[in-house]
Amino acid sequence: MIEKPINNRAWLLVLPVLAFVLFSALLPMMTVVNYSLQDSMGANNFFWNGDAWFRDVLNPSTDIGARFFDALIRNLSFSFAALLIEVPLGIAIALCLPRSGWAVGPCLVLIALPMLIPWNVVGTIWQIFARADIGLFGAAINGLGIPYNDTQDPVAAWITIVIIDVWHWTPLVILLSYAGLRAIPDAFYQAARIDAASRWAVFVNIELPKLQKVLVIAVLLRFMQTFMIYTEPFVVTGGGPGSATTFLSIDLVKIALGQVDLGNAAAMSLIYNLITITLCWIFYTIMTQLDRRRDA
Amino acid sequence: MARITLDGIAHSYDQDRSSYALKPIDHEWSQGRSYALLGPSGCGKTTLLNIISGLVIPSQGRLLFDGRDVTHLAPEQRNIAQVFQFPVVYDTMTVAENLAFPLKNRGLGRAAIRTRVSEIADLLGLTGDLNRRARGLTADAKQKISLGRGLVRSDVAAVLFDEPLTVIDPSLKWELRSKLKAVHRALDVLMIYVTHDQVEALTFADEVVVMKDGRILQIATPTQLFEQPEHTFVGYFIGSPGMNLVEAEVDGAEARIGEQTLRLPARYGKPPSGSSVRLGFRPDYTTLVSGGDLRVRVQKIEDLGRRRIARVSLGAQDIFAIVPHGRSIEGDTAGIAIKPERLFVYVNDERVAGEPL
Repeated sequence: MIEKPINNRAWLLVLPVLAFVLFSALLPMMTVVNYSLQDSMGANNFFWNGDAWFRDVLNPSTDIGARFFDALIRNLSFSFAALLIEVPLGIAIALCLPRSGWAVGPCLVLIALPMLIPWNVVGTIWQIFARADIGLFGAAINGLGIPYNDTQDPVAAWITIVIIDVWHWTPLVILLSYAGLRAIPDAFYQAARIDAASRWAVFVNIELPKLQKVLVIAVLLRFMQTFMIYTEPFVVTGGGPGSATTFLSIDLVKIALGQVDLGNAAAMSLIYNLITITLCWIFYTIMTQLDRRRDA
Repeated sequence: MARITLDGIAHSYDQDRSSYALKPIDHEWSQGRSYALLGPSGCGKTTLLNIISGLVIPSQGRLLFDGRDVTHLAPEQRNIAQVFQFPVVYDTMTVAENLAFPLKNRGLGRAAIRTRVSEIADLLGLTGDLNRRARGLTADAKQKISLGRGLVRSDVAAVLFDEPLTVIDPSLKWELRSKLKAVHRALDVLMIYVTHDQVEALTFADEVVVMKDGRILQIATPTQLFEQPEHTFVGYFIGSPGMNLVEAEVDGAEARIGEQTLRLPARYGKPPSGSSVRLGFRPDYTTLVSGGDLRVRVQKIEDLGRRRIARVSLGAQDIFAIVPHGRSIEGDTAGIAIKPERLFVYVNDERVAGEPL
């Protein structure tokens, strides 16, 4: 073993990164913190407001608090629904992909295509695609005799937003799972054949355990992104009908830019941010701890 | 219990069979014995093993277990077990669950599974670890689990090993190998062991199959391989240092090596013109003497502790010889004496038999 020299001046090498993070993340964040602790009567006059904005936002009996908790529940339901569909579907599709041969390349490219489309374009595509009068999807559903209108029916609006996210981001889960599956040595499958394991037993005892690490990444990424959802409902439903698809980010923009209620908006965005970080940490800890406990 | 017959088995990975990974083989392996497939990487030994286990279907020939044609049966329909190069264990299961897995898949009762698992765990020394998660264990314990999963089936006819000691710590290799031999003695199954390590092959097997470029060169006991190699490759692949191979012109009972003449212990027919003719004799049967059969120039003497080996040149060719105890070498010229019954003639790498004088 090579002895590692200890030299605290090495920390200097980290300084550029710290400076970058300071400008890219901490300083903008501090302006938000600033707004969340002060109030203004206009004319750029600010005065100290303590934690009053936070208490308002976190109190469901206030108007703003009620809006916040309603939107939070919508966010959590949306993330839950999206993960529940995307993760099993992604794994299932990855299992069906060819392991080798000429078909691998075309398959992967086709699957990756939706991910290359920007959010607002995806929104626009689906906004037209889902229209009940002229959209291929909306008109076809109506043509089948199923009443569907994503701008008037909350259920239809929800289903549309979830389908958009599944269409847009299941490919990520597919690609991650596919990479994980490809990393499993052939000997495992050969041993399973000799042990007369069924297809299901192979999936449960070999593939799923080996996929665990990539699935942690997939779940974390998908949770973060679905929890931050903004563009699709903004373009397709505008948060409606009523407030059926008004997620936290949409409400936040309404409060900050529509009502110019900076204090409430700042407090809300900080709480929103903390919830995201906390939930990610909990997910990560649970999934990695489970792993470690099993080894013990 | 089984006898495995290879009836003209051959395999090519190309569609058009332009090149063979395994050239046609006829052979029979019998119940209760252990065999090693020995050869350098890419010689077809793993292909042969996978044909027996059913992971590869041979492109021609038939495979018989006790006279029954199993050529096209799936691995799970044959009574074989296979241990792979890298340990294969089911991560989420305990050791006991791993061992029970093949039996569970075949629909055995719980009580029967439990007795069988504890028997095999006893045999392999895994009893203490039965309730531990398999993935936390060391590589050698995992290899034992892989082996156990094969042995746990009472109908298992043959256990196949594909370089099972590759990832095992050197200090534990010996222990695991003796465990394999003990298991073999206890269970009386046919074992086939693939390796490129001659020590592993020679210490493990009753019979060793030496392979090169998809062809079987010799099937013999370790002693026979050492004392009478049928092919020059067997001669220099087995033994350390390998067999001395010296180009010569053979005429009747005489061989001319450069300017020197050696009397052969038998009379040989004239080899076809253009063929390569070589004399083969192991360093172990060649001693450095003052007179001897051939004059050589001594280059270097290595003291290996138990014995001394001299590297000498015979004309333009380098060979090895044993330096007997207590003999000191003066100057750089000496002679070598070759044990006559251990001197062979190879024509185009194959040993040819001579007529006794």
